[in-house]
Amino acid sequence: MTNLIFRLQKSGQMPVVAAALCSVVLLLLGSLYSSNFLSADYLLLQLQIASFLGVVATGAMLVILLGGIDLSVPWVVTVGGVMSAAAAGWWGGAGANFAIPFGIACGALFGLVNGIGVAYLRVPSMIFTLGVNAVAQGLVVVRTGGFAPQDRATPAMHLIATGRSLLGIPNALLVWIVIGSATVFLLHRTMMGRAIYAVGNRERAAYLSGVDTRRVTLLCFVIAGACSAAVGVLLTGYSTKAYQAMGEAYLLPAITAVVLGGTNIMGGRGSYLGTVVGVVLITLLQSILSVIQIPDMVRQVIYGGIIIVMLLIYGRGRRMAE
Amino acid sequence: MNLEEFRFSFREHRGAFAAAAMFVVIFALFIAKYQTGWTVPVITTAANKGVLLAIVAMAQTLPVLTAGIDLSVGMVFVLANCLASHLVVGTPAQAALGIVVVLAVGTLCGLINGLIIVYGRLQPIITTMATGTIYFGLALALRPVPGGGVQEDLADLLTGAQLGGIPSSVLVLVAIVVLVWMPYRRSTIGRAALAIGSAEGAAYMSGVPINRTKVFAYALSGLLASLGGLFLTFITYSGEASMALGGSYTLSSIAAVVIGGTSLAGGAGSAIGSIFGSFVLRTIGDLLFVFDLEPLWQPLFQGVILLVAVSLGSLQLLKLRNRLDMFK
Amino acid sequence: MIPLFRIQGVSKRYSGVRALEDARLECGRGRIHAVLGENGAGKSTLIKVMSGVVIPDAGLIELDGKPIALNGPASASRAGIVSVFQELSLMPDLSVADNIGITNPPRKFGLIDQRAQRRLAEQALAQVGCEDVHPLALVRDLPLSRRQMVEIAKAVARQPKIMILDEATSALTAADVQRVFTLLKRLRDDGLAIVYISHRMSEIEELADDCSVYRNGRHVSTFTAGTKTPDEIVEMMIGREVSHAYPPKPASRGAADGSGQKVDDGKPPTLDVKHLSWSGRLHDIDLSVRAGEIVGLGGLDGQGQREFFLALFGVLRGVSGQIQINGKTISVDSPKAAKQPDIGIALVPEDRKTDGLMLPMSVRDNLTFAALDHLSRAGVISFADEVRATSDMVDRLKIKAPDVDEAVGTLSGGNQQKVVIAKWLLNAPRVILLNDPTRGIDVGTKQEIYLLLRKLADEGVAVLLYSTDYAELIGCCDRVAVFFDGRIVRWLQGDEMTEHALVASALNIDAPA
Repeated sequence: MTNLIFRLQKSGQMPVVAAALCSVVLLLLGSLYSSNFLSADYLLLQLQIASFLGVVATGAMLVILLGGIDLSVPWVVTVGGVMSAAAAGWWGGAGANFAIPFGIACGALFGLVNGIGVAYLRVPSMIFTLGVNAVAQGLVVVRTGGFAPQDRATPAMHLIATGRSLLGIPNALLVWIVIGSATVFLLHRTMMGRAIYAVGNRERAAYLSGVDTRRVTLLCFVIAGACSAAVGVLLTGYSTKAYQAMGEAYLLPAITAVVLGGTNIMGGRGSYLGTVVGVVLITLLQSILSVIQIPDMVRQVIYGGIIIVMLLIYGRGRRMAE
Repeated sequence: MNLEEFRFSFREHRGAFAAAAMFVVIFALFIAKYQTGWTVPVITTAANKGVLLAIVAMAQTLPVLTAGIDLSVGMVFVLANCLASHLVVGTPAQAALGIVVVLAVGTLCGLINGLIIVYGRLQPIITTMATGTIYFGLALALRPVPGGGVQEDLADLLTGAQLGGIPSSVLVLVAIVVLVWMPYRRSTIGRAALAIGSAEGAAYMSGVPINRTKVFAYALSGLLASLGGLFLTFITYSGEASMALGGSYTLSSIAAVVIGGTSLAGGAGSAIGSIFGSFVLRTIGDLLFVFDLEPLWQPLFQGVILLVAVSLGSLQLLKLRNRLDMFK
Repeated sequence: MIPLFRIQGVSKRYSGVRALEDARLECGRGRIHAVLGENGAGKSTLIKVMSGVVIPDAGLIELDGKPIALNGPASASRAGIVSVFQELSLMPDLSVADNIGITNPPRKFGLIDQRAQRRLAEQALAQVGCEDVHPLALVRDLPLSRRQMVEIAKAVARQPKIMILDEATSALTAADVQRVFTLLKRLRDDGLAIVYISHRMSEIEELADDCSVYRNGRHVSTFTAGTKTPDEIVEMMIGREVSHAYPPKPASRGAADGSGQKVDDGKPPTLDVKHLSWSGRLHDIDLSVRAGEIVGLGGLDGQGQREFFLALFGVLRGVSGQIQINGKTISVDSPKAAKQPDIGIALVPEDRKTDGLMLPMSVRDNLTFAALDHLSRAGVISFADEVRATSDMVDRLKIKAPDVDEAVGTLSGGNQQKVVIAKWLLNAPRVILLNDPTRGIDVGTKQEIYLLLRKLADEGVAVLLYSTDYAELIGCCDRVAVFFDGRIVRWLQGDEMTEHALVASALNIDAPA
C-alpha cells in the first residue's frame, strides 16, 4: 500500500487520484443521506453545473500554470453576461447571433489588458488583475446604470446553458468538453503549450532559449478572459438575465479546483485532467453540502478544512521547494 | 539623524515616501475643492474609514514582507468583529477581558496560518484562501444574522475626536505603529522577515531562523487583523458575518500594500507605506465625488486610477538596459 | 598537537552521484590550509559539510578533539565556523550593516542597536580595508566586487575560530585581493584556522601553509606548501599529465595581432564584431572569430565578458556597434531573433540551473525546447520527430540519462550541461557562446565537452568560450581576448598563452617583455 502511494507521488498523479477518490467517497457518503445521489439524473445535473466552473477553471489553470493568478474573474464574467445580453438588445433579429461572440470578445479584451499589464508592464498579476477587476466593475456599472441589468438573453444562449440537444447530454457540458479538449491539445501537443509550462517553471530559461515569453503570457490571459466571459454568457443564458457580481462565486472555487487537481500554484506543473477532477470534486462538495441540512457555518469550515487536508496529503511534490 | 543617514533611509523607504506624497497630493486636491464643510464629525468619519483599512493593510504587510501573502486577513477581521460584538460588552472590566480574548483569537488564527505554511510546507496563497473560509465559517457561527453590541462608552471614545479635533482613530493608529510596528521592525525577528523576503536562501545560509520568523509574522498579522475587526465593532456597534466585506478588505489590503510601496516579492517595504496606501485608496473615491464626477462613472475611474497607481513602477522599465532583469 | 578542526571519513551522495568519499581534512590553529581540486572534485560539497549546510551520509567532524554535529548553518556559526561562499549570502534589500550584523546584532532593550551595529560594520569593513563602502548602503546598489568584500567583512565580524573561503576572490580587483591576503595572513597570525579553496595556483603559492588535493570526491594528498612543484600538483588534481587533458589544436592561424585577419580562404569571419559598446559597461570591443576557431574570453570575473555574450545574443538594449555574421550585418533584439536560422547564435548560460534548464521538466522537453520550430508543423509538435532528435543528441553527446522522460533535475551536473549544449546543437548554430560551461562539472564530462567543442570548431562553428579557469582557456582556445573593465586589453595566442600572462593581463599589469 505504501509502495503504491510512493509510486503515485513520484509520478505526480497523486492529486488526480486523490481528488477522484474523494469525489467517489463524497458520492457514497451522500448516498447514505439519499439514494438520489447516485442516480444518472443527479450526476448529469452535477456535470452540467460543473461545466460552468469548469470553463472558468480552464482559464484560471492556464494563468496559474504560468505562475500567475487572475483575480479579474468575478467582474469579467459579469461583463460577458451583461455585454452579450446588451448586444442581443442592440442588434436584434439576425444580429442577435453575434451576441455570444461579442460577449466573449469583451472578455478577451479584458484578458488582453491583463496580459499587457502582467507581461509587458511586469506588474505582479495578483495586483494588476485586481485593478482590472475594479475597472470591469466600473464598466458594468456605467452600462447598467447601477441597476440590475435589464437586457435579456437570446434563445441561443438559453439553449446552450440549459438544453440537452445531443443524446441527453447537457449542452453546457458539451461546451466544457470542447473547450477542455482544445486546452488539452494546446497544453500537450503544441509549442505554445510547452512554452506555457516552461514559463511557469522558469521564465528566464525559457527566454534565453529563444521563446517570446511575454507573448505566451499575454495569450494565456486573453484566453482566460474569454473563458470567464463565456461563463458569463452561459450564466445569463441559464437565468435569461445577467446580474451583478455574477462571477463572484466562481473565483475561489476555480482556483481551489485547479490546485486540488494537482496544479502547482507557483506554476510549471499540472495536468488538465487534474483540473477536471478538481472541478467535479468541488461541485459535488458544494452540492452535497448545500443539500444536507447543516448550518452554513459548518459548510464553510468543512469546505476549507477538506482543502487543507487534501493539500497536506498530496506529498512533497506539491509543497514548496526547499 | 543627519543628512547622510536620511539619504539612505530615503533610499530604503522610497516606496513609503512616494505613497505619502501621493496621499498629500490627493488630499490637497480634495481640500482645494472642498473648502467648506470640514467639521469635526466629517473629519472623524473619514479618518475612521481610513484607519480601518490601514490596520488591515498593516496586517497584510507582515506576511508580504516575507514574500508570502495572507488571503484570510479579511475573514479574521470579520471574525474578530463578530466575536467582539458578543464579548466586548458590559462593564469596563468585562469589555477589557473581551478585547483580550478577541485579540488572542486573532493571533491564534494567524498562528494557525503560519504553522500550516511553515510545517505543512504549503504555499501561503492557497493555505490562507482555505483557512479564510474556515475563519468565516466561525464568524458565521457567532453571528448567523447581524446583531450584538459593544461597550458604548469605549466605542464612542475610540471613534470620536479628541482635543483639537484630532480623531481618536488616528491616535489609535499612531499607537499601533509605535507599539507594534516600530518595535517589530527594529527587532531581530522583524529584520529577519525582511531578510527572508529578500533572499531566503542567503538568509538560511546566514543562520536566520526561517521557521520561527515566518510563523511569528503570520501570527502578528492575525493580531493586527483582529485589532481591525475590533475597531470595526466600535464603529458599527454590531457584528456581521459578511463574506463580501471580508473579501473586499482582503483585496483592498493587498492594493493598499502595493500602493504603499511594498513589493509583493518581499524584502522591501514598510507598514507605514501601507498606511498611506490605504489613505490613498480611501480618498480616491471621495475625491471623485468632490469633483462632481457623475456617480455612475466613479467605480470605473476608481478602478482605472488603481490600475495606474500600481503600474507606476513600470516606468522604470524604460530605463532597462538588460532585458534579462525583467525576468526573475 | 590537536588540530583545531578535523574531519574524517566524510561521504556524501546526491541521488546516486558520489560527491565525496572518505574525505579528510585537518587544520590547525594559525595555519592556512588550501584545498585544491578541479571543478567537480568535491570541494564545494566539502565546504558545505564543514559549514553545516549539508549533512554528510557518514563521517566525523571534530572541533578541538571533540566530535560535534553540525545540523545547519546556525549551529556551525555557534561553533565558531564561518564560511564565505561563492554564492554570496547577502540579502540585497538590506543595508551593508544589516547584512553584517544579521545573525547576532548588538541589542539595546531587546531591539537592534542600530548605532552599535553600524560601528561593528565599520570596524569589519576597515579590517578588510574597505572603508569606501558606506555601512548604510543597500547591498543591491553595490557592484559585485564590493559585495564580495562585504561578504568577507561579514565573516570577519563574526569573530570566527575557523574561517572557510570558497573562491572568495573571483571578482576582486588586484588591490582588493592584496588586502584580503594581508587580512588572512594577519588572522592566521592571530591564531585562526583558515581553509582556503581556489583553483588558482598563484593564490595558493602566496597564501597556503598546507595543501590538500582532491580529485573525483576523494582525498589524494596533503602536504606542506612548497614541497611539490606546480606540475606535480596539477597532475594530482587531474590524475594525468597536463598535455593529455585537452584535445590537440590545429596549427596556429592568424596574424600576430591576434585578430585573425589573415585569411586562408577569402571568406569573411563567421562572427565579426566592431566597436561594440553598451551602457558604460562595454567599451569599443572589436573581435572576430573564423569558422573552426575557438576564441576564449579571459580576465577576472565581472569585467564585461557576460555582458558581451548577452549583447551578441540580443538580450541587451542600447548596444552600439556592428555585428556581422558571415559578412552580413545583423541586428538582434532578442534571443528569439538570435537563434533564427539566418543568424544562428546560441548561448550556453553560466548558471544552468536557473538560466539553462527548466529543472522539473523532462530531459526531452528541455533538450528540444529551443528547436521546437524545426520539430513542429503549424505549431503542433511532431512527437516522432522529437523522439528521434532527442535520441540522436543523447547518443551524439553521450548523455547519461536513464529515462529521457524523467526530470532533467535528476541528472548530474555534467549531464545537465550536456543537455543545455545539446539543446542548442539541435538548432545547428553558426556561433556558439559558452559562459563558463564546465563550472562545477566532473573531470570526465569536462573532457568530453572539450572534445565536443573542438569537433564543433572543426565542423565550422565559431566557438566563443568564457572561462574563469586559466588552464581551461589555455588548453582549449586558439586565441584568448583578455577583458578588463569592459574592454579587451590584450590578445594572447599560441605560446603567449600562459597562466602568468593571463593573470597579468587580467589584473591589467603590463607583462614583462
